[in-house]
Amino acid sequence: MSKDKDILLEKVREFEARTGHTVDSFPEDANNTASILKEHRYLSKPLSDEEAKRQMFAKSRRNFIIGGATALIGIFGWRWMSDETKTGLYRRAFEFNEKVSQAFFSPAKLAKEFRPDQVTPVRTNGFAGMEGEFDTSSWTLAVGGLAGRADDLILTLDDIKKLPRTEMITEFKCIEGWSYVCKWAGVRFSDFAAKYSPKTQNGSEPDVANRPHELVRYVSMTTPDQQYYVGWDMPSILHPQTLLAYEMNDEPLSPQNGAPLRIASPTKYGIKQIKRIGRIEFTDERPKDFWAEPQWGYDWYAGH
Amino acid sequence: MAKQLEKKHPLAIRWMHWINFPLLTLMIWSGMLIYWANPVYSIYIGNYELFKFFPPWFNDFFGIPFRLAEGLQLHFFFMWLFATNGVAYVIYTIASGEWRAIVPVPSSLKRAPLVALHDAHIVKEKPPQGKYNDAQRIAYTSVILMGVGSLLSGLAIYKPLQLAWLTAAFGGYQWARWIHFWLTVSFVAFFAVHVIQVVLAGWSNFRSMITGYDIVDAVETEAEPIAQKDEVIA
Repeated sequence: MSKDKDILLEKVREFEARTGHTVDSFPEDANNTASILKEHRYLSKPLSDEEAKRQMFAKSRRNFIIGGATALIGIFGWRWMSDETKTGLYRRAFEFNEKVSQAFFSPAKLAKEFRPDQVTPVRTNGFAGMEGEFDTSSWTLAVGGLAGRADDLILTLDDIKKLPRTEMITEFKCIEGWSYVCKWAGVRFSDFAAKYSPKTQNGSEPDVANRPHELVRYVSMTTPDQQYYVGWDMPSILHPQTLLAYEMNDEPLSPQNGAPLRIASPTKYGIKQIKRIGRIEFTDERPKDFWAEPQWGYDWYAGH
Repeated sequence: MAKQLEKKHPLAIRWMHWINFPLLTLMIWSGMLIYWANPVYSIYIGNYELFKFFPPWFNDFFGIPFRLAEGLQLHFFFMWLFATNGVAYVIYTIASGEWRAIVPVPSSLKRAPLVALHDAHIVKEKPPQGKYNDAQRIAYTSVILMGVGSLLSGLAIYKPLQLAWLTAAFGGYQWARWIHFWLTVSFVAFFAVHVIQVVLAGWSNFRSMITGYDIVDAVETEAEPIAQKDEVIA
């Protein structure tokens, strides 16, 4: 008998002394998976019928009381959570998930881009902020929170189109679960921010390309009628696949898809990809977001 | 006749098994609230739609419509508890050696149908088994792998950009969603069979999942005890 076996045997006896169980294995049988895998059985010493029943009853009483009490705690815990005043719990869970996501977020990680033949039919949804007569020819974009100025800068679509054009074929994902692949064209938001620099948290000179973490932390965007509004975190909006888009599938944006300018980005669900942008503001305060309002209760971050 | 108490289920396994029950229920329930917003799956026979997930009467009966946001809140809260419990279970099962009781071997595939025939009272002879028979081994190992699949396909849907490689491994965003859905249907099917089998197996079997113990007839040991122990270890 080898030394290893001695030690193992000692352990078995120790276990037996401690628990009152004997360690047994299933009899050698090439046709029994239990013996092939050396499964053990843990058996007490032989007991009389009455003694076995008595011990079993004691174990049952103890464990059913513990189990029942735990079940009650679970039921009351669930009822406590289900109270309408406890939605803060879920909001905090969303915010915790957001922190976890951001810890892994890298602008170098890109969403899949597709071939032109993989484009699928567009589905249109989301009409808040899109109602009423709207004249795209007189549209301008107001930009607030810029470095070195207190008032809004007013830009035209031509000003936007002067910036480098970027095209991408990506998958648009609705929070409802459907998705489609389409081609977007527009300006990278990071190119836009490099030209029209956001202010920084401490008032220092902004450097969007090299020191994005010094910028204010959020971007707020609203429709011209202010009926729809979204908030973005700075890392997601500066992601290379986040566009201020003016074309969809080689056509200028249609009114229902957000003419003249919208966000297109595979970094977040469609609810964040605001259509018909009227104003952009760089801010260090977490902006309001339409679907994250308490009456709707969606995740503010809604990021991929 | 002499009896012995047999320790069947370790304390940790019992806790994790029972904690998993409400957690998986809540994940499925919140998943149904989410799925309602884009209900695209059906069972087809050829081109004939046999069953659509879910018919209006079903949604109305359970009060499912227009609760997407609530579904997402629950899903992305309880996912942490469900995943933690599941990962802890897998680690414990491996580390404690409990895997020996639930993992099948290749020849289990041959014995599992015999178990089914025995359960259906068609074959009298019971295939040899340990704590679990070979059909159980296959079922329990499958359900653990299904849990792994749900976790991974869920992550692929949840973070298709950060985990783009994982989403791609599932064949893309919509395929990940498809797999996530059908795994859930499989959990429900497992649950139905599991409950029926537990009911058929009877009270002492159920009790052992609460107390950890069952009463068995004393095993007659003829071999000299120490020598037997030696064999066990060899």
